[in-house]
Amino acid sequence: MVEFSVWDIFRNLLLAARWTVVLSLIAFIGGGLVGMGLLVLRLKKWRWADRAVGGYVQLFQGTPLLMQLFLAYFGIALFGIKTSAWVAASVALTLYTSAFLTEIWRGCVASIPRGQWEAAQSLAMSFGEQLRHVVLPQAVKIALPPTVGFLVQVIKGTALASVIGFIELTKAGTMITNATFKPFVVYSCVALLYFALCYPISLYAKILERKIR
Amino acid sequence: MNKPIVEITALRKSFGTNEVLKGIDLKVAPGEVIAIIGKSGSGKSTLLRCINGLEQFQEGALTVDGKPLIHESAMAMRELRQRVGMIFQGFNLFPHLSVGRNVMLAPTLVKKKDVVDAGEQARKLLLRVGLAEKFDAMPDQLSGGQQQRVAIARALAMEPAVLLCDEITSALDPELVGEVLRVVESLAEEGMTLLMVTHEMSFARKVSDRVIFMHQGRVHEMGPPAEVFGNPQTPELKQFLSSLND
Repeated sequence: MVEFSVWDIFRNLLLAARWTVVLSLIAFIGGGLVGMGLLVLRLKKWRWADRAVGGYVQLFQGTPLLMQLFLAYFGIALFGIKTSAWVAASVALTLYTSAFLTEIWRGCVASIPRGQWEAAQSLAMSFGEQLRHVVLPQAVKIALPPTVGFLVQVIKGTALASVIGFIELTKAGTMITNATFKPFVVYSCVALLYFALCYPISLYAKILERKIR
Repeated sequence: MNKPIVEITALRKSFGTNEVLKGIDLKVAPGEVIAIIGKSGSGKSTLLRCINGLEQFQEGALTVDGKPLIHESAMAMRELRQRVGMIFQGFNLFPHLSVGRNVMLAPTLVKKKDVVDAGEQARKLLLRVGLAEKFDAMPDQLSGGQQQRVAIARALAMEPAVLLCDEITSALDPELVGEVLRVVESLAEEGMTLLMVTHEMSFARKVSDRVIFMHQGRVHEMGPPAEVFGNPQTPELKQFLSSLND
């Protein structure tokens, strides 16, 4: 029987952790872009857009991410499109992240006094100029800590992608356990790696929050 | 009267079922200084905010410098708002931009002025409101009176034909009111068309060409300041004026 050292285990987990990072980045960039688009739609004050986005947010906040992953994985296949765990996980996590981010950011924009919009309007600025030059620069300051905080949730959320066969940190942990029969050691390493990813970000969010105050 | 610069015809405005403006007709001549007085809730601020489209009205028509106010058209609104400047009770300076940038922002974006020209213009305007040395200061480093003077410079940077002043001294400490009013007075002397909602009666009396007393959503009484203040015709205006002296 082959013996696995702790270093063997750790090294293989570290390699798998790359995909956790990549998936998190996809979720965050994709979710950020979609979330920003949804925010703009909502700020335009078209009644239908506000309702539709509100429903979208409720849908993704009110169902478990695990179900969203299943539905993306099996749902896309239902339309006859050949899908991979990569695509399904990216789509599901992007949508999930966008729903939360658009809601966080909406709150931040709403906290900017109405007078700022009015002053920009009365100076003949267009909606895009008001948003880009007056409101967003102020809202970003407020949005930064909760946004960075949410990034931590997303990183941990990627663990669920293991259920549709996406090989990231958690899935790799399960596979290594099956080979080594050392679940405690393996999952301790997995937890440690998640912590190593998330802790610096949490710390950074705290520092940001203090800076702004 | 030569061609009016602001023309308001049969304007009606409601918030839900509450009608705040019940048919306003008003013609403002170029260079005219108009003070709008009245109790709170009489519709005077709403009237002012209709002129640059911050409030939508349901009936009637409004033109500024021959340009009609059309809410549905972003182009028309942009055209019209370039002719109308507004100064607010709460200053509403952009807190993330320096004083100079506050003044420069709209000309560079809307009028596509290049940064050097806009900067030069901003310095001139800040000099005019007595704040030349504050170009690089941030708004929160200034007193209320200074902030309001920056707001005036910012509005002037768009070279408006009409300036709307919505209770611009109401949020100021009493000792800071004078510096702002002096700037407004100098604008009036230079021939700027001004419409101001104000509680500063002595200022209205001194500077304005015409005083409008609004009551329950209508222009209740209107005339030269000496007449409106010296010889009020209606019991409502008499009561309003006497309540100020209590």
